[in-house]
Amino acid sequence: MNLNLHIWRQPNGQSAGRMVEYNVKDISEEMSFLEMLDVLNEDLLRKGEDPVAFDHDCREGICGTCSLVINGRPHGPYTTTTCQLHMRSFKDGETVYIEPWRAKAFPLVKDLVVNRSAFDRIIQSGGYVSVNTGSARDANETPIGKEIADEAMNSATCIGCGACVAACKNASAMLFVSAKISQLAMLPQGKPERKRRAEAMVAQMDAEGFGACTNTGACAAECPKSISMSNIAMMNREYTSAKLTSDAV
Amino acid sequence: MVLESKIPEGPLAEKWSKHKFSLKLVNPANKRKYDIIVVGTGLAGASAAASLAELGYNVKAFTFHDSPRRAHSIAAQGGINAAKNYQNDGDSVYRLFYDTIKGGDYRAREANVHRLAEVSVNIIDQCVAQGVPFAREYGGLLANRSFGGAQVSRTFYARGQTGQQLLLGAYSALSRQVATGKVKMYTRSEMLDLVMVDGKARGIVTRNLVTGQIESHSAHAVLLCTGGYGNVFYLSTNAMYCNVTAAWRAHKKGALFANPCFTQIHPTCIPVSGDYQSKLTLMSESLRNDGRVWVPLKVGDKRKPEDIPEAERDYFLERKYPAFGNLVPRDVASRNAKYVCDEGRGVGSTGLAVYMDFADAIKRDSLKVIEARYGNLFEMYEKITGENPYNTPMKIYPAVHYTMGGLWVDYNLMTTIPGLYALGEANFSDHGANRLGASALMQGLADGYFVIPYTIGDYLAQMPYEKVSNDRAEFKDAEAKVKETINKILSIKGTRTVDELHRELGLLIWDYCGMSRTKEGLTSAREKVRALRNEFWTNVKVVGTNEEFNQTLEKALRLIDFIELGELMILDALDRNESCGGHFREEFQTPDGEALRNDQEYAYVAAWEYEQNMHAVLHKEQLKFENVTPSTRSYK
Ligand SMILES: Cc1cc2nc3c(=O)[nH]c(=O)nc-3n(C[C@H](O)[C@H](O)[C@H](O)COP(=O)(O)OP(=O)(O)OC[C@H]3O[C@@H](n4cnc5c(N)ncnc54)[C@H](O)[C@@H]3O)c2cc1C
Ligand code: FES
Repeated sequence: MNLNLHIWRQPNGQSAGRMVEYNVKDISEEMSFLEMLDVLNEDLLRKGEDPVAFDHDCREGICGTCSLVINGRPHGPYTTTTCQLHMRSFKDGETVYIEPWRAKAFPLVKDLVVNRSAFDRIIQSGGYVSVNTGSARDANETPIGKEIADEAMNSATCIGCGACVAACKNASAMLFVSAKISQLAMLPQGKPERKRRAEAMVAQMDAEGFGACTNTGACAAECPKSISMSNIAMMNREYTSAKLTSDAV
Repeated sequence: MVLESKIPEGPLAEKWSKHKFSLKLVNPANKRKYDIIVVGTGLAGASAAASLAELGYNVKAFTFHDSPRRAHSIAAQGGINAAKNYQNDGDSVYRLFYDTIKGGDYRAREANVHRLAEVSVNIIDQCVAQGVPFAREYGGLLANRSFGGAQVSRTFYARGQTGQQLLLGAYSALSRQVATGKVKMYTRSEMLDLVMVDGKARGIVTRNLVTGQIESHSAHAVLLCTGGYGNVFYLSTNAMYCNVTAAWRAHKKGALFANPCFTQIHPTCIPVSGDYQSKLTLMSESLRNDGRVWVPLKVGDKRKPEDIPEAERDYFLERKYPAFGNLVPRDVASRNAKYVCDEGRGVGSTGLAVYMDFADAIKRDSLKVIEARYGNLFEMYEKITGENPYNTPMKIYPAVHYTMGGLWVDYNLMTTIPGLYALGEANFSDHGANRLGASALMQGLADGYFVIPYTIGDYLAQMPYEKVSNDRAEFKDAEAKVKETINKILSIKGTRTVDELHRELGLLIWDYCGMSRTKEGLTSAREKVRALRNEFWTNVKVVGTNEEFNQTLEKALRLIDFIELGELMILDALDRNESCGGHFREEFQTPDGEALRNDQEYAYVAAWEYEQNMHAVLHKEQLKFENVTPSTRSYK
């Protein structure tokens, strides 16, 4: 199939960007979306032009590196990652718009690549259990009901790609932050620090410049790992009860 | 050069405890006087960086990824082994040790492997304490499964995302140390050279991938936790950016590279569908517990699988290996898939695939049970291929998956360069000629959480506190060399793209140094790889400059190291006149086509020293088996 692409090009964070039109030919249905971009980039290289920069690595939908807003939707038309989107989802002759994640807290690096280290800083603020190597007791000494373990796992599957932020009109990071807060709040290991964690992570999220949550649910709708809105409800409960009984002075 | 493995004396089961006691300690108040560079923040690197920082050392951690959470470890699906014996099914530290030594076809060190089995139990405890949501039974205790043909259920897992959950656990521990200031994290920062001062590893040169800035960092010791080199084959199950550069640059500075030809080809991957293919996707090995592997009996049978009657199917693994059937080790399963395809009985449009069929399992256990077991894997398969494995058999083919070879390390995980350590897939240590399923995650975390925190103290305790300045000539020279290489690559302005050359290299290595190797093929491949190196240096095309985010330049810098490594793999495969594990030399097989190992002459680790223009020099570390007697692996 042949496609008409409109891609956001911007040399770096300091310069202005714009949409540039490209045509790609003989794209196979079996290709992934990123393989289609590989074909474009090989063409550009042969012509001596700068290839389009985009982030990716595992191409298996698990590392969370790939991004792209495709025709207005993070990771394209289905709830999957861009690397797992295949060209059979497109029609011959179609026009496709490709843009980076857009959020103040994700500054642009180049073309379609953004800097998501704000997510790392949020985790650093409290997204862990404080346990040093070697101080753990036998793993089976703390039974955890299967339902709780499964529920925690549902939250833990977040890949940190940032599609939730890109999907939200306020560029809110609530889904990402709540998934980690919920996972750890559900598990006995995470309970001792739950108050401190909720407060610290929410404060860091605000400091990074992510927007507020107005409960539109766009984040969960676009999440490639189907992280549910119930995490946000749980995080709100965690946060409110932490604030009410805060140990912080 | 004499290779000192530093294996402690004494009975196998006491070696590690005694060794820990004999290692020198760094006084808690003095740990903060030492800086340690950790390159790589996958399972091995993140666990090491966090643990060392917790002890009080100053850690500088580097990754070329935009976040430590992206390391390739994230993609591991199946699980992690540990000798907990929670299932009361006869597992023990000794059995895990024995299985690993045997699975590695008797080409690993007994002492290392026993230590790995010993600390495996602590890993699970540590991860659970971090909040890793492993699968559980209704009673609330941890669930286990049997994996990759193991006769006991010792594999812990978190759905099909075990690597993700373990890495996020290690990443959380690392993040906590970043917050305390004990770890300084450098992301999108790629190590391009090792710096030595007075014969010791004292720092690295990196390129900031966003700005192109070439920087130097100094420390008292350097840890390479930079993963495997499977992408030398271009197509593999590894993430696209996995590469050998850090290890290779260290090799060129004097670290010996061990067993490079020991690579693992995983039997259950989604077959290649076209030339544009950029990577291969693994279907978890756990599928082999229920999937039956077959091809048509007749050559060139193009009927749909459902139209081929039972009597005209060849369940070749069950036929040849009645005891293990579909659960034979990876190397055996892969090679046999290749054989039936070579005979012209392969399926799919390319003829390079075999069926993995779940129809019988669904009949036996119900659709619901199979869905609960493999639901997300089936979904992933359908997304990629457009076919529904509940109705029609999956098509699978072997693909490169893991590299057992790597930097040579002694029992303390130190390479032949003092102060330079290698952990995780980057070293050669524990898997011999073939790795068992669910053992790489175990090894990466064993190295990082439970081995290096002890062994590095012994080295540092003998080092003066003084820091070396990165203004020294050694650093400036290394920086200058890196810049020179970059400028040279940018100035070639040839006609061949990096991906094109990389594909060519991959095909060469796959054809001649892949599942089956011959002296003749390897010899001709060596010439071809040398020609490719020349082609790179005269005709590669990289656009743009160094002073920007330049992904093509990144790839070119990695490719040149892959090309040199490819040649070393070939040399190593030529040297090893035997078949063992993942290394199958056609000249050395039994009459019925099984691998013919030669313990008399080849029970050694082949450790290669770099020499100009790839005239590598071989050093041998003889392997001693005092507790197990090497036997012929038989899965019949
Ligand atoms: C698809 C797949 C499934 C797997 N499933 C399993 C499984 O079920 N069980 C199991 O036990 N094993 C499994 N494995 C193997 C296992 O995942 C790996 O062997 C293991 O995770 C490697 O961990 P590591 O820490 O050594 O390296 P990696 O996780 O690869 O980390 C390497 C790190 O080094 C960094 N790095 C590399 N070079 C440089 C440089 N020059 N400069 C700066 N940083 C650098 C990278 O950024 C990264 O942070 C699987 C492998 C694959 C491919
Ligand atoms: S590239 Fe890893 S999730 Fe898409």
